[in-house]
Amino acid sequence: MPAPHSPAPSGGGGSIPPALGKRAARRMPSLSLSGWIGAAMVALALLVAIFGPWIAPHPEGAIVTQDVFAPFSAHLPLGSDYLGRDMLSRIMYGTRLTVLLALAAALFAAVCGTALGLLAAVAGRAVDETMSRVLDAVSSIPTKMFALMIVAAFGSSLTLLVLTAGISYTPGAYRIARSLAVNISALEYVQVAKVRGENAIYICCVEILPNMIHPMLADLGLRFVFVVLLLSSLSFLGLGVQPPYADLGALVRENIAGLGDGAPVVLMPAIAIAILTVGVNLLIDGLPGRGKRLRLRRAAEAR
Amino acid sequence: MNNTPTNLVEVRGLRVVGSSEGRPETTIVHDIDFTVARGEVLALIGESGSGKTTIALSLMGHARTGCRIAGGSIRVGECDVRALLPDALASLRGRKVAYIAQSAAAAFNPARTILDQVIESALIHRTMSKAAAQAKAIELFRALALPEPEQIGKRYPHQVSGGQLQRLLAAMALITDPELVILDEPTTALDVTTQIDVLQAFKRVVKELGTTAVYVSHDLAVVAQMADRIVVLSDGAIREVGSTAQILHAPAHAYTQALIAAVMPTPRGARPEARAAASADERPLLEVKRLVAGYGKVDAKGFPAARVLDDVDLVIHRGKTVGVIGESGSGKTTLAKVIAGLVPVASGALLLDGEPMPTRLNRRTKEQFRRIQIVFQNADTALNPVHTVERILSRPLAFYHGMKGERARQRVAELLDLVRLPAALATRRSGELSGGQKQRINLARALAAEPDLILCDEVTSALDTVVGAAILDLLADLQRKLGVSYLFITHDIGKMRAISDDIVVLYSGHRVEAGDRAALCAPPFHPYADLLISSAPELRTGWLDEASVRCHGELPPIGARAEHSELCTFLGRCPLRVDGLCNTTAPARRQLSNGAEVLCHRTELDLTALQQIPALREGTVV
Repeated sequence: MPAPHSPAPSGGGGSIPPALGKRAARRMPSLSLSGWIGAAMVALALLVAIFGPWIAPHPEGAIVTQDVFAPFSAHLPLGSDYLGRDMLSRIMYGTRLTVLLALAAALFAAVCGTALGLLAAVAGRAVDETMSRVLDAVSSIPTKMFALMIVAAFGSSLTLLVLTAGISYTPGAYRIARSLAVNISALEYVQVAKVRGENAIYICCVEILPNMIHPMLADLGLRFVFVVLLLSSLSFLGLGVQPPYADLGALVRENIAGLGDGAPVVLMPAIAIAILTVGVNLLIDGLPGRGKRLRLRRAAEAR
Repeated sequence: MNNTPTNLVEVRGLRVVGSSEGRPETTIVHDIDFTVARGEVLALIGESGSGKTTIALSLMGHARTGCRIAGGSIRVGECDVRALLPDALASLRGRKVAYIAQSAAAAFNPARTILDQVIESALIHRTMSKAAAQAKAIELFRALALPEPEQIGKRYPHQVSGGQLQRLLAAMALITDPELVILDEPTTALDVTTQIDVLQAFKRVVKELGTTAVYVSHDLAVVAQMADRIVVLSDGAIREVGSTAQILHAPAHAYTQALIAAVMPTPRGARPEARAAASADERPLLEVKRLVAGYGKVDAKGFPAARVLDDVDLVIHRGKTVGVIGESGSGKTTLAKVIAGLVPVASGALLLDGEPMPTRLNRRTKEQFRRIQIVFQNADTALNPVHTVERILSRPLAFYHGMKGERARQRVAELLDLVRLPAALATRRSGELSGGQKQRINLARALAAEPDLILCDEVTSALDTVVGAAILDLLADLQRKLGVSYLFITHDIGKMRAISDDIVVLYSGHRVEAGDRAALCAPPFHPYADLLISSAPELRTGWLDEASVRCHGELPPIGARAEHSELCTFLGRCPLRVDGLCNTTAPARRQLSNGAEVLCHRTELDLTALQQIPALREGTVV
């Protein structure tokens, strides 16, 4: 007789879910090769994002050479931009901004989505239906159109960008969280807690949430990638981050004129975006329990 | 076929190993030697994890994902299965060796008609033309006693019952005239009343066609009906091989003896003298009065669209066990959930200690919550996988009794001791526990509340026989020590008799019979109770034939049903129905002389007389 497969979407998926510390230790070696490559790419991006201002060779806005669109050299490893600023430093600061903004927006979406999803699972049918339909309506608005509308109406600021991106991706996170929470709340340990007389907050936080945290973290990673792409494309259109700040998308836009000259600098921020997004994707796909994550991914992309 | 002297199957020194990602390989089964003669039915019996399915699959040269056949030889007919190339294996499977799986519902494609799927393997292996295959399939349907053999193939899998689907799966396996059929727990997922039909059909077909079969099961009583020889397995090794009669009557190995002892439950509940001591005027712990409950949309009168429980009464006394029995869909789990407050009540009342108790969860007091605890069937999903045992057990302590810190830790250790588990288990999580341990933790969590009543919903059904028997012992022991009452829900009449003081028989939401344990040991019964009792497999050869005669004869003809909502729900399957009475008027509650109450038109005299006859024959056969 096959061992009954636990439907609990616990992170490990293995037969033995040990303590969290042990779990992490057990996980490390089970990362696939592409997972390790992804992890290295993400680590690089994170290091740059955190320590960028200290390790960048030049300040963000400093014009260091008269030679615009200069090629790679020992002095300017990634060349210079359209004003003669050091591209490496610009990318370091740009990565910092992109990662911070995207992380804030993705966290916003994940936290709101999870909270609403839990509410839908425990609050009963009427609340669930209403909330699901309203969020369906929100998700039916194309994210870029929504962002364009907001920027057109309120102008562009960093806070607004984060909120816009966060709100656009909340319905997606909500759907995942809701389906996880509804499945878990039908499980018997939740029923036992209800019969014990526990209130909804206890049931959500202690019984349901810990069992959905791992898939939600994977979802957070995917959503982070979507937000990076959204913010970069907004900046590329000139609607995102405004000078003197520049995120990676804005860097591509600034230097687009160099394309005609065949200057390599214009490609550098694009490559930085690619490293960040591809790295996160590889890392998530390389995590154990791949089947679950692929399903999640399909669900996220289907919307 | 039988005159060929050689064995059809010969397995020598079989070893299968398995590994999960990144861990060293472990041996799943080792040193397996057995043979199956042509025309013989061999049973592989063992608990979950004993390797019985692994061995059965290896006869087809198959090992499940992560496993591989590491040593030994497997010969089926002329083939050395391990030496076969993938092409040859494909023609072996389905053509020479056929497999009947436990879950027929999962084995059929819901999008295609049954007949297409049944003849598919004949077409793939090109053993016959389509027309011939269809004719043969219909012949098999007839042999398997399926209704409307010419028409049933045109239906889709969801349009037939579970028992029928299981027989159709057998037809699918037999269509190519395989030399060997592997039946892997083919009736485990079925109700006993359905199981008996399926077993009978299998047995007849196997006998008629002279098929060689390997029957994999955990249920010794079922195997006793089907097999010529039995191989007893545990922990991936053969413990004993012998003829069915020898295994049943003179088991040599200690493990087999334990297995047989566990199958025959002995009464455990409160003894009769304790019963006499309980005075009649004592207020019952819990009373359920005229309960109606169900699911779906609620109509104007407040009744749900699907009524799962209809007019159910129940009384539970202190320190006593009430058993609720019925087949799947009879409403037994809903009854427990209603008492627990998880399912809303349409009408009726719950009285706890004579005081009305709110039926809705959010109106109950903490004290009412504490007094009623529930233990679910599926121990895997009843424990939160992220919490340690200690955390799971200390929550009710803190919640109901405000116990914290060192005192709570001590109490957790006491509770673990009470359910006979070592205190060291407290730091583990549910994934690190066995099925029986998990069920004990479930029980300990319920006991932590110090409840008056524990609702036990099929608590032993998901467990192996021996482990389940130990849980029953524990329940009875706890009742003696703590005086707790149980509502014990099961589909197994043997377990029911072993633990219950009073028994309630549910059929499609109606309480068709209620009485004490003795009342359900001898006729008269309600016809449905009779069917249930006589369908429960008994541990002796020949039971199947007797039982089939006793409760699966032709049903008496009956006219059209009158438009009456209160007609007997068992009418369609009742062997004792009366035309002109049962199909026109609602049955009345009838008190029998043995104290039981039945919902039936038949008089006690009728019931006794009609149910005695086969019982007499039973006496002569044994």
